[in-house]
Amino acid sequence: MDYQISKVVKGLAPSGIRAFFDLVLGMKDVISLGVGEPDFMTPWHVREEAIHSLEKGYTSYTSNKGMPELRKTITQFLHKRYGLNYNFDDEVLITVGVSEGLDLVMRALINPGDKVLIHQPCYVSYAPTVQLAGGTPVLIDTNASTDFKLTPQALEKACVKGCKILMLNYPCNPTGASYSKKELNALAQVIKKKDLIVVSDEVYDELTYDFDHTPLATLPGMRDRVVYMNGFSKAYAMTGFRIAWASGPAEIIAAMTKIHQYTMLCASITGQIAAIEALKHGQKPVQDMKREYNRRRRFVVEGLNELGLTCHMPQGAFYVFPSIQKTGMSSMDFAQNLLHEQKVALVPGIAFGTNAEGFVRISYASSYENLKEALERIAKFVKRDEA
Amino acid sequence: MEEILEILSKDARTTPAEIAKMVGKSESAVKTAIRKFEKNGTIVRYKTVIDSTKVKEAKNKVRALIEVSVSPQKNVGFDNVAERIYSFPEVTSCYLLSGAYDLLVIVEGEDLQTVSNFVAAKLSSMEAVRSTTTHFLLKKYKEDGYILEKKSKVKRLNISY
Ligand SMILES: Cc1ncc(COP(=O)(O)O)c(C=O)c1O
Repeated sequence: MDYQISKVVKGLAPSGIRAFFDLVLGMKDVISLGVGEPDFMTPWHVREEAIHSLEKGYTSYTSNKGMPELRKTITQFLHKRYGLNYNFDDEVLITVGVSEGLDLVMRALINPGDKVLIHQPCYVSYAPTVQLAGGTPVLIDTNASTDFKLTPQALEKACVKGCKILMLNYPCNPTGASYSKKELNALAQVIKKKDLIVVSDEVYDELTYDFDHTPLATLPGMRDRVVYMNGFSKAYAMTGFRIAWASGPAEIIAAMTKIHQYTMLCASITGQIAAIEALKHGQKPVQDMKREYNRRRRFVVEGLNELGLTCHMPQGAFYVFPSIQKTGMSSMDFAQNLLHEQKVALVPGIAFGTNAEGFVRISYASSYENLKEALERIAKFVKRDEA
Repeated sequence: MEEILEILSKDARTTPAEIAKMVGKSESAVKTAIRKFEKNGTIVRYKTVIDSTKVKEAKNKVRALIEVSVSPQKNVGFDNVAERIYSFPEVTSCYLLSGAYDLLVIVEGEDLQTVSNFVAAKLSSMEAVRSTTTHFLLKKYKEDGYILEKKSKVKRLNISY
């Protein structure tokens, strides 16, 4: 039977990477540096709170927008942490991960034909969410010479007629690139000049190592044109709870809520209760994990550079994005051969953008023992190849 | 340089070269700092945490927590009594506490008999010791921050975006 699957869905980039993922998932005893989530378990006080809520019988729907207590806790936290002020009642929406928030914001904003600027290499769901919402992605290449940062010049040049939204992510998955306040200010000038709305995915904000993270929305003139996205997956090691939020201008949040109420109804109450606990009492575990990531970051970057797999020092998240060009292999061949010969898994750069060929993503959300062993195996692999 | 202590307290086998990479300092600077910590007694010693239930030949030692009430002595308070107690090699730990009793003494011995004898013959007979209450340890769940029972495996998928 011909199901006549949606043309839009058919048009989404076929994931050649999928086959590689399946290969990794089917293999035993792999040391994996290919994971996009923390290796830490959710702090116990958070898990305990979730268990307790189940015991007390909190198993119902919540309001569409999310529990008022969670939204209040979030707005108070943002005020204290960044001096960012949002009204909990109409400027915050609790979503099922930043993933859902991205889908909602694109569907809420995009009219047919609207263009969305996306810097690449980038997180894999940006372009598809734009396409599914009927928009057209306009890709801006970032490259190693600027540590994969989006520059104001590149943004201005790429911003052709019809561009309405900039999809910004910092610290960036997969490159670890982030921006100082000064660099953000320079981007903000172009954003204003080109009258762009910015969807700012700042889910790795707490994992910023060399300077304080600055939310774009805190800069002059930005609050009214930024949808700030953040969540609990990374900093609080809560990926499986699926809780995040979007905050921004009331009109945009209302439009997102409209879609959310029909398509999701609400995020899970257990996750929302756990998130309240995480924000209220979870700052020490966050800082402990951050210190640990920071040590691993330096350790891995040094180790890779010693092997001639050159990489810049990423400023945030838990990824390193080294060049493998000296091996002469494509990123996919490199990943596959390394997996077969040394049982080390990582993600080929090509998964994150057409311009990311020649690079691979290494995640240091993994124990020292693993990182050390993996680096030794990569060394064997690279050297054997040179011999 | 305090960070070095945090790293070593998690894994004392981490080499100065590795620590240097982790904290972004030179290897020689790290070595110097460690030597200083060792000299001034900040680093007391390096030890290995062993789950003795997994050691086949070793006879499992018996451990007891003993609450000791003492009469403090003139001028020296509790310190003198404590010293006389902790100097016994059978005593693995000794703490002065606030509350219902004074010293918490942890004693290890080959078997129940040895530990009981120690309490009766050595501890209780001391002049300054007014009374003791002995609790034998039945099972260890967690020690020094490590859960001994079962290691929970990381359950995440091996690859994801
Ligand atoms: C940049 C970025 N945004 C969003 C997400 C999705 O996060 P969530 O778990 O909140 O859906 C990820 C997850 O890997 C990510 O790396």
